[in-house]
Amino acid sequence: MTKTIIPFGPQHPVLPEPVHLKLTLEDEVITEAIPAIGFVHRGLEKLAEIRDFHQMIYVVERICGICSMIHAMCYCQGIEALMGIEAPPRARFLRVIWSELHRMHSHLLWMGLFADSFGFESLFMQIWKIREKILDIDEATTGNRIIISVNVIGGMRKDLSPEQVNWILSELKDVEKEIKRLETTIMNDYTVKKRTVGKGVLTRKQAYDLGLAGPTLRASGIAQDMRMLGYAAFNEINFEPVVETDGDCYARCRVRFREVLQSIDLIRQAIAKLPDGEVAVKVKGRPDGEIISRVEQPRGEVFYYIKANGKKNLDRLRVRTPTFANVPALLAMLPGMWLSDVPVIVLSIDPCISCTER
Amino acid sequence: MFTMTPTIMRNFVGKRATRRYPYVVRPPFENARGEIYNDILTCTFCGVCAVKCPSQCITVDKKAATWSCNPYACVYCGLCAENCSSGSLQQKRDYRRPVQEKEVIFLRGEIKKEAKE
Amino acid sequence: MIEQVLSISPDNVVGETAKMKVEGYRFVTLSCVEIDETTVDILYHFDRDLQMKHLRLTVPKDRPVPSISPVYFAAFLVENEIQDLFNIRFQGLAIDFDRTLYLEEEVKKTPFCKYVVIKTAPLGEVPGENAS
Repeated sequence: MTKTIIPFGPQHPVLPEPVHLKLTLEDEVITEAIPAIGFVHRGLEKLAEIRDFHQMIYVVERICGICSMIHAMCYCQGIEALMGIEAPPRARFLRVIWSELHRMHSHLLWMGLFADSFGFESLFMQIWKIREKILDIDEATTGNRIIISVNVIGGMRKDLSPEQVNWILSELKDVEKEIKRLETTIMNDYTVKKRTVGKGVLTRKQAYDLGLAGPTLRASGIAQDMRMLGYAAFNEINFEPVVETDGDCYARCRVRFREVLQSIDLIRQAIAKLPDGEVAVKVKGRPDGEIISRVEQPRGEVFYYIKANGKKNLDRLRVRTPTFANVPALLAMLPGMWLSDVPVIVLSIDPCISCTER
Repeated sequence: MFTMTPTIMRNFVGKRATRRYPYVVRPPFENARGEIYNDILTCTFCGVCAVKCPSQCITVDKKAATWSCNPYACVYCGLCAENCSSGSLQQKRDYRRPVQEKEVIFLRGEIKKEAKE
Repeated sequence: MIEQVLSISPDNVVGETAKMKVEGYRFVTLSCVEIDETTVDILYHFDRDLQMKHLRLTVPKDRPVPSISPVYFAAFLVENEIQDLFNIRFQGLAIDFDRTLYLEEEVKKTPFCKYVVIKTAPLGEVPGENAS
């Protein structure tokens, strides 16, 4: 029974972003894991003191590259609630469309990385080929592939023309066909199941006590999704959270796969109900007071605490991203597992470390 | 044993999955946000672009009639071109090509000195 | 404005959070705001069935605060972050990184405090800020 301490990360072929885990092993079985973060800390919350609250939209978008539009949407919704502005109905539906497109591209990116973590590189490439179609939709409608910068306080910067709407619907039909064709490979393959079923199990009580968020929580049987709060036109379309009960890596993969298909359905519903009208209202004045704004990102619940005092710059902007809440789950999931399961388990919480450290 | 054969034949005779860049280049989309450039003859040096820029990469000097931009700090959001009062600041559809030397920080310094008003 | 805020003092922090746990609230996060030169405000956020409840704790900067990581284990990460950025000490942390989570060991300034507090150089700047 030899005891060894192995550092996992910060550079590892399977990790998209640097995180360090100090693993204590006894003969290939892990007994303890201690995380250490801080490799990409950029100090973006402190920038709120020198950039005024309009420019902060673009700073906040760059906290995370993958879920960028949803950060901006949460910030704009918070400031709009503080100043008492209401975004027009067309802008709210457009926010739904673009945020669901972002959710799809984020989950497809994750599925590709997950396949890569157990060595299935050709599946990784095939899934990212599907993701390129969604990025093309983003670029054609907004101008940029990932950091799309369409949110402003009071609405949106860009609008969708009817031809673009029809083109999005036809592209989504292709995407849905491709994803359903890959379903047997991702979900029903014997090798995939052997590497993921029964690994990293979190019971329902553990998941709730650790304060997890997002698909990691929903895969353990708790139906909580911030889209149920009904922000930005989600209370006008049919939406039910996707829940699985097993709590292992396979269940988390299944939740995210079903959420991709659910997002396609949500976009179609939003396009069908898209009202006419303007896309932005004029904004005058400065915010004052405290507000809390919560939105569902692809990885979970993001929490914004904004404090303003009537000046051009905000007093305090505090962002708690979902991966920050999911990292303590690693300490509960890893003990008892083998060393070769560590990449699969770490990736199954969908780590976005640049969000975690801002 | 022959379950993979249809897939193999399909991939053998079908077209490629990737584009043969750099021989085949996809034209940019219509709304794509690329480089910004300023037509210095019509610029009024009002300074709105410098105020609105989120990364503060534009400096405008009204007295000396200069407009300079740091293209390595620019995030290509397009706010400056949207808010330009005289329409001289435009955004191209192509992204900025890579260069080999980054010696000068201001790649485009003073384009032309104009003794306007 | 945020509703449902309860003000507490450093003595009953752990007691109030234990009460929250018994009532079935999920831990969301802590937020720390600097009020003036000598005090900070720490807000504890909890959630149950999409309804939020908050606790507000106002402490002077040099006084250690009892940690809630014995009650909610997941709080250790955010309490370490507040230690790094604001130099508020927590007692009884489950895993204590001792101000090395984000910062290096030789950094003695607090990045977030706007007012001059500690012995070394005035007004901390955050390393890595490259906005021109």
